[in-house]
Amino acid sequence: MEKKLVNITVDGRPIAAEEGRNIVEVAKDNGIFIPSLCYYPHIDPPLGSCRVCTVMANGKSAAACTTLVKEGMEVLVNTDELQDWRKAVVEMMYAEGNHFCPSCEKSGDCDLQGLGYRLGVTVSRFPHLFVDRIVDYNPQRMVIEHNRCIRCRRCVEEVLTDEGQRVFSFQNRGNTTEVGVDYEQEAKLTQEQAMQAMNICPVGAILVRGKSMARPRGERKYDHADSKAEVPLPKIIALKPHLRRKKIVATTSLAGCFGCHMSMLDIDLGILDLIELVEFNKSPINDIKKFNKRCDVGIIEGGCCNSDNVEVLKAFRENCDVLIAVGECSIWGGLPAMRNFVPLKECLVEAYSSATNNVEGKLVIPHHPDLPEILDRVYACNEVVTIDHFVPGCPPDAGHIWKVVKNVLFGETFAVTNAEFKYD
Amino acid sequence: MKKHFPDEPLQSHTLDMLWEVQNEKGYIPNADITRLSARLGISEIELEGVASFYHFFHRKPAGQFCIYVNNSILAEFKGYRDIVSAFEKATGAALGGTDASGTFGLFETPCIGLCDQEPSALINFYPFTHLTPAKVAQIVDGLRSGVGVEFLSNAVEDNIRYTPEPDKTVLLRAFEPGSALEPLLRLAPDEVLSVVKESGISGRGGAFFPTGLKWELCRKNESDCRYIVCNADEGEPGTFKDRVLINRLPGLLIEGMIVAGYAAGAARGIIYLRAEYRWLLPKLHAAIEMYEHIGWLGADAPTKEPFRFDIRVQIGAGSYVCGEETALLESLEGKRGEPRTKTFFPVERGYLGRPTVVNNVETLCFAARVMELGAEFFQALGTPVTRGTKLLSVAGDCNRPGIFEIEWGMTVAELLELCEASDPYFIQVSGPSGQCISAWDSHRRFAGEDLLCGGAIMVFDHTRDILQILRNFTAFFQHESCGMCTPCRAGNFIFSRKLDKMARGLGSLQDITEMQQWAQIMKRTTRCGLGMTAPNPLLYAIDRFPEYFEKKLDSTRTGLNRSFDLESALEDYRDAVQ
Repeated sequence: MEKKLVNITVDGRPIAAEEGRNIVEVAKDNGIFIPSLCYYPHIDPPLGSCRVCTVMANGKSAAACTTLVKEGMEVLVNTDELQDWRKAVVEMMYAEGNHFCPSCEKSGDCDLQGLGYRLGVTVSRFPHLFVDRIVDYNPQRMVIEHNRCIRCRRCVEEVLTDEGQRVFSFQNRGNTTEVGVDYEQEAKLTQEQAMQAMNICPVGAILVRGKSMARPRGERKYDHADSKAEVPLPKIIALKPHLRRKKIVATTSLAGCFGCHMSMLDIDLGILDLIELVEFNKSPINDIKKFNKRCDVGIIEGGCCNSDNVEVLKAFRENCDVLIAVGECSIWGGLPAMRNFVPLKECLVEAYSSATNNVEGKLVIPHHPDLPEILDRVYACNEVVTIDHFVPGCPPDAGHIWKVVKNVLFGETFAVTNAEFKYD
Repeated sequence: MKKHFPDEPLQSHTLDMLWEVQNEKGYIPNADITRLSARLGISEIELEGVASFYHFFHRKPAGQFCIYVNNSILAEFKGYRDIVSAFEKATGAALGGTDASGTFGLFETPCIGLCDQEPSALINFYPFTHLTPAKVAQIVDGLRSGVGVEFLSNAVEDNIRYTPEPDKTVLLRAFEPGSALEPLLRLAPDEVLSVVKESGISGRGGAFFPTGLKWELCRKNESDCRYIVCNADEGEPGTFKDRVLINRLPGLLIEGMIVAGYAAGAARGIIYLRAEYRWLLPKLHAAIEMYEHIGWLGADAPTKEPFRFDIRVQIGAGSYVCGEETALLESLEGKRGEPRTKTFFPVERGYLGRPTVVNNVETLCFAARVMELGAEFFQALGTPVTRGTKLLSVAGDCNRPGIFEIEWGMTVAELLELCEASDPYFIQVSGPSGQCISAWDSHRRFAGEDLLCGGAIMVFDHTRDILQILRNFTAFFQHESCGMCTPCRAGNFIFSRKLDKMARGLGSLQDITEMQQWAQIMKRTTRCGLGMTAPNPLLYAIDRFPEYFEKKLDSTRTGLNRSFDLESALEDYRDAVQ
């Protein structure tokens, strides 16, 4: 039987669509991209849990996946406001979970990460919540990484045993909602069913033992997806041009690994041109320890894990017109923030007493007036001072860093492609 | 009286099965999860998912006497913390656990509908009101010496403080059983629909959807069975009007359901009673039995057209979001109380996929009065948009907290005078999900044209800290979110953190701006009404009380530095090296 067609508009464009289909599908058929994470065509009715597909339908905001087209429906997808809301929901997922892309098995194949790239998320506007979650090694075939789960519910609905029993189910409610695993049922899954569970997980929360790294890095879904496509980055406000003087740049590495500085050096011979154009002030590159000039740009690698980091960061804020946070650690804490789930005292006891290379039974936590004091957790730079621009990556691509710096200094327009924009 | 209807699937008994174990053993052990999930034919994790959704189900022993102290903001201001300490001292149990012997379990729970007599608590679901530390000690002594909880529990006052003139009072007038049913002897269902539609009444739960239209839509959907579901899950903190209606006029409610059933072509009614009101269950049962006895329930009723109606009661298990009608339906079906997507209305696909009318207690009682008094009675009562009267539950800093039946159109000032609020400062209308108003709004009217109110009025005076109110509300939403959609699950948590930061004196103007922006995003992207309304307290408070927030902001943090407090960030380290 032929389905009835209805006439709708999407951002003003008239479209004829089959009545009763949802807006995500209709938009897709017409080449209009609406981001989605929980949406999975097999799951009917759609879940509407992630809210990343929020659009306006007849003047009301609604999830595109749970809204069915009707005659005369006016759909708005790409208004500035809607784009911002959808981006905000994605950022909220980053703030809520513990997404350490550089150490994630699914990196490159992760839909959340892919969406972050596509929407140009450089930093989450929301403060990271750093809630301690477990990694569950109990299932026979799988490892469940709760840190990464975005509670999209795909696995709850889709992963059933041959007897039709659920393997996953939501537990608790409110902000403690999590996906529980039935170990008995999990053991009954075939290898194919387990792989299917891993594959429908949009993030790296469901891993099948021995299979999670099967696809090599560099050959993953988002490694090559539209590698030339531009990332929609937030607008950068360039400095007012100074006449006839070299621009002054300062750099530092706080709680980082110097990897971002190494990446900066990756511009190779370009650095010789750069020396002509800019002068370095306080920086490990020239080993100037204290600011002795006002700087145009400060480049910060690493977050704040101790009182010295805070002091240096504040000095950068005071002495630089524009601050650029470079790399995951400076943007939200990065790998050092893995300690944010554990009380500081436990971390110190582990490091200075329990670890095998310590003298047994002896706990001496280094402290001396000359030593920086350690903060209760690792703080993102923008929790301490205002940061003007963010360049994500671990480390960021050299090209990306310099494009941003050159833009700030000289107002050069630039575009960053998917290939240059990475969180890992 | 039926506990379940014969052909309901076993899964809709889930909550009752879990309650049976919980009541008998004081918690739900793993062995029972295994046994019950096998019986239900679902995996254990799925049943655990249901049990863990409702906070009155415990998976660890919760005491022979399970004490729940209300932690709503009204209780907080009336000495909730002292009461908790008194219980801790008397029982030896720390909040959130049991004493060593497992005799007492001590927990907190949001509003238990006793706001007019705080501080209050439930012990084994019997109410205890007007608590003082001395009274707590006495109660615990009594329990230790073997006196039954039911004997220690005190009578709950109705506190009806105001009704309009007798010819304008609707709900709280004298009730003659059968008076709403009498017209059904001579009217056909569509005639009943006409009367209800003509009266202009709308849903009292807060959405104010026209009642007659809802019933008619249900009737129009073909089905082998339609349902009338009475939403007696009034969980909005500050609301207790349904408690008084059920306590005083259970017969009126039953008659309202029968009227709705007849008009909407439904054969079955279910009352979803919040567990906090379990002590009202005997009243409901007695009323249902009475109507069964006189042939209006469970038998062919003497209506003009053939009609047979049955009512059963379902007890909830602690979850605010189940007051949302589709979450309530999920809960009735024995699932987690997660709101459904809005693809279908309950009148199209409701309980078990059948056309279902969900009305709250007050609406059904009101509908019964419409049949009794006739549609004309309401023509001149109230305002054009909201006809008739409204029950308000008033509590907080006023001398006469309780129930006020007001004619729509009453001003805020009049109500504040009636309840003797001498120093009103921050007035929360319709509970945390509603809006706050200030003394500047006292000229406003409670009416569809101006200030709609679902039923709760909380009055706070100048001694109360707005931030404390907001933190309480936000914590409430954080725990009561169903957890399914990102903006509500994470958003409320993020707001909580922000407010904590402000409470530490580290708030900046930027925090206020961010909260306003984020609140708008949350309102537009959440999956159901809970998330949509959760940021309301914040938005309204910032709008109505700018001078308060100015004082709260740290004005020394200017320029580019953020409100980062190095000293507090170093406390842990300094502690550790010592």
